[in-house]
Amino acid sequence: MQFTSISFLAFAGLLLLIYYIVPKKLQWVILLIASYIFYLSAGLEYLFFIVFTTITTYIASRIIDSRLAKQKLYLAEHKEELSREEKKEYKDKIKKKNQIALVVYLVLNFGVLAVCKGLLIVPFNQMATNTVLGFLSLGLPLGISFYMFQSVGYVVDIHRGVVRAEKNFFKVTLFVSFFPQLVQGPISKFSQLAPQLFSEHSFDGKKLSYGLQRILWGFFKKLVIADRIAAAVGALKAPEYEGMGFLLLATFYAVQIYADFTGGIDVAIGLGEAFGIQMTENFVRPFFSKNIAEYWRRWHISLGEWMKDYIFYPLSVSQPMRKLSKFTYKNMGNLGKRIPVYIASIITWFATGIWHGFSPNFIVWGMLNCFFIVLSEELMPLYAKFHARFGLKDKKIYGLFEMARMFTLMNLIRISDLFPNVSLYFSKLLSLVTNPDISVLWDGRLLNLGLTGLDYGIIGFGILVMLTVSIIGEKKGSVRDLLSQKPAVLRYALIIALLIITLLVGSYGIGYNASNFIYNQF
Amino acid sequence: MEELLEILCELHPDVDFESCTTLIDDKVLDSFDIVTLVAEIDDKFSVAIPAGELVPENFNSAQAIYALIEKLENE
Repeated sequence: MQFTSISFLAFAGLLLLIYYIVPKKLQWVILLIASYIFYLSAGLEYLFFIVFTTITTYIASRIIDSRLAKQKLYLAEHKEELSREEKKEYKDKIKKKNQIALVVYLVLNFGVLAVCKGLLIVPFNQMATNTVLGFLSLGLPLGISFYMFQSVGYVVDIHRGVVRAEKNFFKVTLFVSFFPQLVQGPISKFSQLAPQLFSEHSFDGKKLSYGLQRILWGFFKKLVIADRIAAAVGALKAPEYEGMGFLLLATFYAVQIYADFTGGIDVAIGLGEAFGIQMTENFVRPFFSKNIAEYWRRWHISLGEWMKDYIFYPLSVSQPMRKLSKFTYKNMGNLGKRIPVYIASIITWFATGIWHGFSPNFIVWGMLNCFFIVLSEELMPLYAKFHARFGLKDKKIYGLFEMARMFTLMNLIRISDLFPNVSLYFSKLLSLVTNPDISVLWDGRLLNLGLTGLDYGIIGFGILVMLTVSIIGEKKGSVRDLLSQKPAVLRYALIIALLIITLLVGSYGIGYNASNFIYNQF
Repeated sequence: MEELLEILCELHPDVDFESCTTLIDDKVLDSFDIVTLVAEIDDKFSVAIPAGELVPENFNSAQAIYALIEKLENE
């Protein structure tokens, strides 16, 4: 059941009605049932995977949590009798046991994820077809990378003592499977999402209205812009488009994936709001970033936070890294201080790459991001001197240049998504210099990409609307808050106009099935 | 506290660490800074800060960082 399908709209509408009619203590049960109906609508064959993650998450969380509770009780009861060393020894023993439980849990879950992703690769999926692994090669189970990472974050947080385990198995089931965020995130933290999922929500007209506005905004971006520009992205991938054609491809793809992914997240967060549940934001106008570190604080935030909290930080502060840090500092001075951080960054970006898929181009994508992050970190003192020397930092025009530079750089890295053949990707990059082919801009080839002049007009209009909303959001804060202060006539006129445009010019209509969201495949 | 302020000032000489209480929320310290800080604290205070403690609440101000060091020293 696609977010953009008629059946999903009917499903969500009916669900909202039931959600606010039933006794409030049953609301979470309704969400759980709805989540499973949603998940099963994608196919019965994927049920095994989500149930597996749910059961292992529940068992691991309860085991780890009960040991920590036992530890707390024991230490409180024997506070006076135990020496500091004895207390430490006892804590270390519990910690070791919990680490074993955590490792078993991680191996089981990431093992399933690795096999599922590995079996998408051509020789392996053919080899597995007639074996016991055959049922794992049905394609990637819907949302597996999202719900699994969310579940792992929950169990690690319990291990760290940040949250307590939920005792009700069905509540854990809802946390793992909450349908608005199941297929493309955001990847939420238990401490942020769970209390809202399980608490009672009274009907709130403002939240419902805000939620519906955000859903409409998501549909506009997905149906009017992303699905329309998709044809040109597909056509520009052809071998004959080099130089400027490749740059256009990277730019069109940036527009497509931004409208597609943020559109899907808008629908997810809007749905949550309609149920009275505020999910974590996944994007904060990333194309206004002036450097790569800022970009990654604004794009796919929940994945970046997950990687930072559960891979980058634990690696960076691990004992071997601390030893390495001391060694490199002693032998290499200030640069040596940063070496362990850079090693942790390389591993984190490698993991982020393979999260997207077991394909060389995703690893190249991760390494390129890492390279530019490290480079910009190393060049920072030089940039600071340069900015101070010419007084550039306060100049608006220089700020715009920095944004354009970052937009172009990230587009050229991101476009590697579309080239599993890495050497082809690099030869396309090289063609920017060797074969600029600027004439593609005016020789009529752009009208052979599956888009008419009208299509370009609609896409241009859509981008203009997105840009305006983003600028307002950047300068003045929440667009919906601003809209709510305007006269009702103006407010409704704008909302109805957006609805009509989405219905009229979106790739939509009865019987038409909009294309999948790009991030559903991860 | 003096020693901690010295470490912080070495990281970002232009920031007033004695009064700032939004070091993470306002992106004054990024993840690279945090890791460098953890290594320095390990070096100067012999306190190993575990990954689970690397949360905004513990790093938003010099006072919060110092409180974390004291907590870990007493454990």
